[in-house]
Amino acid sequence: MPLIAIVALAGITYGFRLVGPLCRDRVTLPPAAQRLFTDAATVLLIALAATSALTAGHGFAGWARPAGVLVAAILAARRAPFPVIVLAAACVTALLRLAGLP
Amino acid sequence: MRSLWRTTEPTLLRDVALICLADALVGAAFGATAVAGGLSWWVPVAMSLLVFAGGSQIAAVGVVLAGGSPLAAVAAGAVLNTRLLPYGLAVADVVGPTNVDGPAGVDGPAGSPGGHWWTRLVGAHVVTDESVAFALRQADPARRRAAFWTCGVALFAAWNVAVVLGVLAGSVIKNTNAFGLDATFPAVLIALAVPALADLRTRTAAGTGAAIAVALTPVLPAGLPVLAALGGLATAWRPGRAWRPGRLRTAPRRDNTVLASSPASTPAPSQTDEPIGERRCR
Repeated sequence: MPLIAIVALAGITYGFRLVGPLCRDRVTLPPAAQRLFTDAATVLLIALAATSALTAGHGFAGWARPAGVLVAAILAARRAPFPVIVLAAACVTALLRLAGLP
Repeated sequence: MRSLWRTTEPTLLRDVALICLADALVGAAFGATAVAGGLSWWVPVAMSLLVFAGGSQIAAVGVVLAGGSPLAAVAAGAVLNTRLLPYGLAVADVVGPTNVDGPAGVDGPAGSPGGHWWTRLVGAHVVTDESVAFALRQADPARRRAAFWTCGVALFAAWNVAVVLGVLAGSVIKNTNAFGLDATFPAVLIALAVPALADLRTRTAAGTGAAIAVALTPVLPAGLPVLAALGGLATAWRPGRAWRPGRLRTAPRRDNTVLASSPASTPAPSQTDEPIGERRCR
């Protein structure tokens, strides 16, 4: 990943962050735009989660990783503490691999 | 700074410490996975310092590790970070100089962060899910300021130290998959998305998007399937439809990832009939 890509992402990100503090008296987001932002971010998060859980390259990632992520998703839906969610995903996946599942 | 410290309660410090611990785990996994996947050590380190937005860092590196182009990685990260715009608006009063907020003294004596114009520039960089959520949980301006800065600065330190440690670990342990670290990325992304998924239409859009992305992964170049998932928004986006104010949620919701989870995190705020933005955007 080239430095220019990192700098570009950093610049865009900082720009989003700075709009509020710099022009809070001049900018109000229409509710529809706020909603679109939230939805777009959520759609991306879930799509990324699904593809990174299920696929490796252009193929299937094997069963261990999706199983760990599934356990994590259940814990997340039940509002488990964040460290528990992260550790559970890693542990379930690691144990399944130890047991021979790909 | 001392005045800031005095307005910081012990419970807040404990909650911030817990969030830092959780994020440190994620940061370490991020650093380890990035270098184990073949990226140079400075890539996760530079990203953490300059971008400082965990979800987008993980997303961008995920796209690159999957073989995607840097452009696709930047695009995915940038879309994820659009949420920082409403966040910045929500906490603008505690990020900027104190004198903008009203009579002197309301926000604590000069000398606390916020006394200089450049604190806006620094404060803006530590606008994150967590610091905003902590700030919005506080009722009065002085405490909001204290919560925002305490959480933001602590998180910046914890995240960057953890990423460096992860990078070191990842360059020693070559096979991070044996430890299941590859499962932590999707797990984090899901945990971040859970609060927003309470809304049925958002859930439908996300489910549709995920199906699109997974279905297209075998055929499209890496990185593009995730962007194609934005097509799922079509299920939720009906421009002609009137918005019912009572049902709308403002973007930076309080529960939005105080990491879903910190023991002290308040229950999700009920969707009251409170007018948009009144609570936080004065």
